[in-house]
Amino acid sequence: MTVYYEDIEVGSEIPALVKYPTTMRLVKYAGASGDYYQIHYDKDIAMANGLPGVIVHGWLTLSFLGQMVTDWMGEKGTLEKLNGSYRGMNLVHEEIFCYGKVTKKYAENNKNCARVEIWAENPKGEKTVTGTAVVTLPAREQVN
Amino acid sequence: MSDETIISEELQSLLNVPFGPEVYDIEKGMVKKFAEAIDDPNARWQSETPPTFPAALVPTELIHRLFNAKSPLKRLLNGSSELEYLKPIKVGDVISVTGILTRLRQVAGAEGPTLFMFTEMTYTNQRGELVVKGKNTYVKY
Repeated sequence: MTVYYEDIEVGSEIPALVKYPTTMRLVKYAGASGDYYQIHYDKDIAMANGLPGVIVHGWLTLSFLGQMVTDWMGEKGTLEKLNGSYRGMNLVHEEIFCYGKVTKKYAENNKNCARVEIWAENPKGEKTVTGTAVVTLPAREQVN
Repeated sequence: MSDETIISEELQSLLNVPFGPEVYDIEKGMVKKFAEAIDDPNARWQSETPPTFPAALVPTELIHRLFNAKSPLKRLLNGSSELEYLKPIKVGDVISVTGILTRLRQVAGAEGPTLFMFTEMTYTNQRGELVVKGKNTYVKY
């Protein structure tokens, strides 16, 4: 599916994404990224660090947010920027709810840009990651 | 709570010193493994790398120096990440990453002093093109 610049509206939400990371998912992420910090798979070490349990890598939650944005923008869209602040914790074996909302539409360097506010929530409804994504989208009149 | 500085000379000495470049061959298998690890089945990631893939291209020397620097603060968390994509990183590319510590900031947190370490990374391909600019903040507390 293609999302065209003309079809998006400021204030509209993009399709949400829900993930349920297991310890195996975190181990896979550790292996693929090289981030072997033990708080992401060893409960004893996580608790010794004052954490309530094994916590999800911030980068993994940001990856889920990135997936939400790239799924939405489609193959003709381009992701220009992605950022996230890690404000709270997502615990392993808990759902991560990913949300996004278009906050700005603008033209820059002959590109049709959209800024999307993105955030992740834990099951308590606390925002654990907040950030923004900037995408460029195709315009209808430029399509043959 | 103490006003004492927790920014050691060792950490200070790392400020504004570029580390790297470290060179990564972007192999098909590593990209596939990364896309699987983040549970993103988009077919686009068979040739292009997923958005957070630069997280796997670690400026290891900088990171080791930052994380192993002697400090009274034992706990570490990732504070924030920022990526700007200038060109896609594709399978077959050779990416050089350079990392730099740009700023240290100490604040008084609820549980004592907290140290923010601000880093910036640049990712350049085999043609010398800057492909991604990254920023990451680490928090010691």
